[in-house]
Amino acid sequence: MPATKKLGLKQKYALMTRGLDWETTYQPMEKVFPYDQFEGIKVKNWDAWEDPFRLTMDAYWKIQAEKERKLYAVIDSISQNNAQLGITDARYINAVKIFIQGVTPLEYQAHRHFAHVARHLRGVGPRIAAQMQSLDELRHAQTQIHTISHYNKFFDGMHDWQHMHDRVWYLSVPKSFFDDAVTAGPFEFLTAISFSFEYVLTNLLFVPFMSGAAYNGDLATVTFGFSAQSDESRHMTLGLEVVKFILEQDEANLPIVQRWIDKWFWRGYRLLSLVGMMMDYMLPKKVMSWAEAWEMYYEEQGGALFADLGRYGIRPPKHEDVARKEKDRISHEVWAIFYNYTHAAAFHTWDIDDEHMRWLSEKYPKTFDQLYRPRLLMWRDMARAGKRFYNNALPQLCNLCQIPMAFTEPDDPTTICFRSSELGGDRYHFCSDGCKEIFDQEPEKFVQSWLPVHQIFQGNCGGASVEDVLKWYHLNLGADNLDYAGSPEQKMWDQWMAGRHVAQAAE
Amino acid sequence: MTQNVSITLQNTPDARPITEAISEDNPKAVVANYPSMIKIDCPNRLVIRADSVSKKIGRAWDTQEIHLSLITLSGNIDEDEGQFVLAWK
Repeated sequence: MPATKKLGLKQKYALMTRGLDWETTYQPMEKVFPYDQFEGIKVKNWDAWEDPFRLTMDAYWKIQAEKERKLYAVIDSISQNNAQLGITDARYINAVKIFIQGVTPLEYQAHRHFAHVARHLRGVGPRIAAQMQSLDELRHAQTQIHTISHYNKFFDGMHDWQHMHDRVWYLSVPKSFFDDAVTAGPFEFLTAISFSFEYVLTNLLFVPFMSGAAYNGDLATVTFGFSAQSDESRHMTLGLEVVKFILEQDEANLPIVQRWIDKWFWRGYRLLSLVGMMMDYMLPKKVMSWAEAWEMYYEEQGGALFADLGRYGIRPPKHEDVARKEKDRISHEVWAIFYNYTHAAAFHTWDIDDEHMRWLSEKYPKTFDQLYRPRLLMWRDMARAGKRFYNNALPQLCNLCQIPMAFTEPDDPTTICFRSSELGGDRYHFCSDGCKEIFDQEPEKFVQSWLPVHQIFQGNCGGASVEDVLKWYHLNLGADNLDYAGSPEQKMWDQWMAGRHVAQAAE
Repeated sequence: MTQNVSITLQNTPDARPITEAISEDNPKAVVANYPSMIKIDCPNRLVIRADSVSKKIGRAWDTQEIHLSLITLSGNIDEDEGQFVLAWK
């Protein structure tokens, strides 16, 4: 029998994260770690940091290698077996387009910034957690690009997503969200991305969306999605640990953290309104409605989380009551924005058929028939009369979340919500009290916002006509944009399906 | 006040014995099936015992293998080689 006992998880983790650092002597510590104090967060003992998964590097490599092995076996199979033919309907792919244009670039941004945080925190435990997350995020970006590249061979709108991410009007919503986070200090970044986004809200993005992908025959998205999501549990844990760690270190940290939680809850929630639209309008076969997902993942799970954090003095985020009031409305309001502006977007929208409307009516008994069905029916009539509605006026954008100003008053779903602040002789417009308050807290930051509509009017986006701007976006006009009805994609899909019907008839 | 902890696993052959072990070791756990995933909710505390999973698969199961099947969770985690615990304090 061997005389030495195998090390336990706790011991292995302790050996990796304790006693390896030193106090610098050639340079003061403040110069070596210049970013971890200016935010006002006081840390007395970095060693109090503990990763509950206690993941060591050897285990990390082993687990990640196994995940990659599984994933790449499926990726090979996807292309060999023409998996694009297995999806429920070509309309579904439009949700994947939004994903590669809007989410994948954020994964890469996250990779970069977690590497920055992994360098700049004074404690070894959180540095290692941030380093692992940085590697995870790079893996997510790579696997998403690799997997979705298969769809790019057949479908439109996915050929130049990184370029589009930096320029296209609706992609400034996710881009500006992340730009705000990476230009904050490391503790705010962790509270924003690891806690507020990963822990509190990311379930709403990945879980129903991936389950929806599975339900709609999208093997590719399910595979990279769940492979990525298995890392998310670790990221979520980092988020919760970071907040508990900061709060336990000094009670003076509480108001700072609370303000960040309030800010990033609202920013994340606004960003996810795009996901609400995908869930309610873009999945041919539906798993759950946005309102149901909100209840399950925010109201129930978030409720339990904030009840637990109550012992530190943390209260639930400000304006969660507004999110609750809006849950029967936002997906419909956002779909309407994109229906209006599909001629300027790199994905399609379409007429909502009767069966889909029945589902919406069942899921939204208080709002759909009264508020949204009549509008959808009017648009259907217009399209049938050869006058498919496209809004040719550029929308006013919220100066904070950058979504067109189409959200309604918390207590009146028939009136658009307008808020504004004045600063230095200029007026800044907002879609909600939540967005206005974030601006008012840091106006020096948000007066610099790159607002796509303003930039177009200032002549910075390729020219004065819509066509000039869309070319500057690298949109392939007539293929990437406009209604699904009459698109090259529809034509291709109908041909594929016609082949299938002939084969079935012959059997 | 009782709050649910929650864990969501992939619906795969690797994850199934874990789900079964959870159901047996946590009588109050409620299992819900969704396309390609399984969500398990349990009041206050949920435990995954390495022994229970090992018995089902006929070899020693390392708690860190959970990472291969995990989709998401809710609750404070405490993990060592014998068990994986999710709890609200």
